[in-house]
Amino acid sequence: MNLTDSDFVLFGLPEQFAQDVAALEAKWKALQREAHPDKFAAQGATAQRLAMQWSVRINEAYQRLKDPLKRAAYLCELRGSPINAENNTAMPAAFLMQQIEWREAADDATSDGQIETLLAEVSASKQNLLAQCGRALDEENSSKAIYDKASSLVRNLMFIEKFESELEDRL
Amino acid sequence: MALLQISEPNQAPDPHARRIAIGIDLGTTHSLVASVRSGVAECLPDEQGRVLLPSVVRYVDADKREIGFAAVAAQISDPANTIASVKRLMGRGLADIANAASLPYHLAAKGGMVSIQTAFGEKSPVEVSAEILATLRYRAEDTFDDDIFGAVITVPAYFDDAQRQATKDAASLAGLNVLRLINEPTAAAIAYGLDNAAEGLYAIYDLGGGTFDISILRLNKGVFEVIATGGDSALGGDDYDHAVAEFFKDAVSTFEARKIKEKLTTEDAVQVGDQTITRAQFVEITKPLTDRTLAAVKKALRDAKLKPVDIDGTVMVGGSTRMPHIQAVVGEFFGKPPLTNLNPDEVVALGAAIQANQLAGNKTGTDADDMLLLDVIPLSLGIETMGGLVERIVPRNQTIPTAMAQDFTTYQDGQTALALHVVQGERDLVVDCRSLARFELRGIPPMAAGAAKIRVTFTVDADGLLSVSAVEQNSGVEARINVKPSYGLTDEQIATMLKDSFGTAAQDMAARALAEARLEADRMVIAVQSALGSDRDLLDAKEQTQIDELVAACTASKSLEDAKAIETVTAELAKATEAFAAARMNAGIARALAGKNIENI
Repeated sequence: MNLTDSDFVLFGLPEQFAQDVAALEAKWKALQREAHPDKFAAQGATAQRLAMQWSVRINEAYQRLKDPLKRAAYLCELRGSPINAENNTAMPAAFLMQQIEWREAADDATSDGQIETLLAEVSASKQNLLAQCGRALDEENSSKAIYDKASSLVRNLMFIEKFESELEDRL
Repeated sequence: MALLQISEPNQAPDPHARRIAIGIDLGTTHSLVASVRSGVAECLPDEQGRVLLPSVVRYVDADKREIGFAAVAAQISDPANTIASVKRLMGRGLADIANAASLPYHLAAKGGMVSIQTAFGEKSPVEVSAEILATLRYRAEDTFDDDIFGAVITVPAYFDDAQRQATKDAASLAGLNVLRLINEPTAAAIAYGLDNAAEGLYAIYDLGGGTFDISILRLNKGVFEVIATGGDSALGGDDYDHAVAEFFKDAVSTFEARKIKEKLTTEDAVQVGDQTITRAQFVEITKPLTDRTLAAVKKALRDAKLKPVDIDGTVMVGGSTRMPHIQAVVGEFFGKPPLTNLNPDEVVALGAAIQANQLAGNKTGTDADDMLLLDVIPLSLGIETMGGLVERIVPRNQTIPTAMAQDFTTYQDGQTALALHVVQGERDLVVDCRSLARFELRGIPPMAAGAAKIRVTFTVDADGLLSVSAVEQNSGVEARINVKPSYGLTDEQIATMLKDSFGTAAQDMAARALAEARLEADRMVIAVQSALGSDRDLLDAKEQTQIDELVAACTASKSLEDAKAIETVTAELAKATEAFAAARMNAGIARALAGKNIENI
């Protein structure tokens, strides 16, 4: 076991998008039981430092694995199609159109009810795209082209998720 | 199958190795110390049998200080030198103190921090808090007639980095080995959860004298997982007192106002002179305060993605939750009566004591031995970017310890330094957040603009405290970081204060250094012995001999009168066991994974 092992290796899980959330959480806690600095509080500075490194690493992996979008982005990176959000801002025209429509609807919304309706639509669209992305990543006969597509879906999803949280903040 | 552990005669664990560990609740109005004795956590009383120590310090003159009840009595006669509710000033600048004008002290700004002019000179809130902590430390030492191995100090969950650091500094100043800072609601959850074998989702509503916290926890098989936390570090029972004083147009002191508030817990009305306040009026005038607590509760629930009905139980903590209308409002919000079957004043100190006992490595044979705390950072951490905007680096409610990295680059050719401003808070503008520190990264190799890639890593440890490191990625050069804490003390200032507190008596310093070196050697030996006890098989024969010899040398060094010599031997033992510690950690992780895999089959 090594600090530089992938999140999946660290958690002893198959390297795929589909994950059992309950099993993930149970494994996180089992690992923290072994590595948390509290378990080494009386064992000197070296043990504390090591425990801190491991505990941080386990939390980092858990944050990434439990969040479907972060998990998808991580898988894209592991498979050679990194997200590169800063340098890769090209968006499909249809996706941009929908973003504009949603933003206009959000600007026009005056009641909580209107925002909730819009939020439901945005969330449903997010789930749909996530499922597409997950299928692409877990496909048996995958290829670079399919991973690139998953990577592009992740970029779109990042916009949707940001918009979704902006809507939630207004409620 | 677990192998039986047999230790060699000369390495038998010392039967007196049980270490005295204490939990301290450093409160705004009261402070307490607790410890686990015979497997049970209990608050330690003073000589008169009182467990609560009023958090009040009076500087009588250059030679005399009064702490606790003695100081409370002087609050009216000598207000300028009698410091109460100092917790509200911790980690704060003069400009942050909203009601500075109404406080009876002479406040001043000292290096960004607030300080108080007293008959004993200028005192920082850290020093005042250290007086309270030292008083509790002596109480514990007298109780056990022994040295204290270490302490867990509680802080409001909503304390920011500067406030936490100030608390830790105060503990160091009071001569305490800080095992951990833990959040007050989390400590309460430990005491409540272990006592009641609670499982499920719990909300801890903690309204103290000067702070309000709300924490949402999942309790499951001994794991205390904080899902979200929120609150207001300047909202507490004190504010309810002020509301009462205002109601009487300041004809009563806040001290008297508190008494009136307390009477209203059991009485429907209280008369002062020709004016009467009814409980209904009290509820009405304090409604804005109560509503502020509920707003924080709603926000924490939203962060946790939960609804009030999802919560299995609400635990009430802090003396201010004795107010009947607070219990009613909280009960109404969650749709079930809150849990009040514990002493709201003591529960935080008790939880801290249980945690301290575990951290010290003492076994009680109860569920407490196996508990695990997974707490979160209460406020987001970010850095200032162009235009006074905040770039968020560590989001709030992230499980700690945690580390997040961010890459920066230079904007000028040959630039060798970079200035960073670290802030804490949820707002988008730097001016609306709390300034924590300004960092200067120096020693960046000169390159073309934009070519350097400086990875800055923000690490938040298990105490919730931030540290920052930076490495230029292309050259591997580690940038030097000059920290200028916005409100905290520098290490030099603490060293000076420590020296001052011992006056010019050099032998005191030497005696203290010797005692600390011996304690540290002791800690190291016990740690290594315990590690050898469980994982001796990870070492080959040669390594075992080497470590055994160093353990013996370290044990023997404790009889020396030379602190430096003891430290040298202790450091050798620490260095020699580094690889062993790493191997044990790896074995533990592998065990955790293997255990899970077997369950899955």
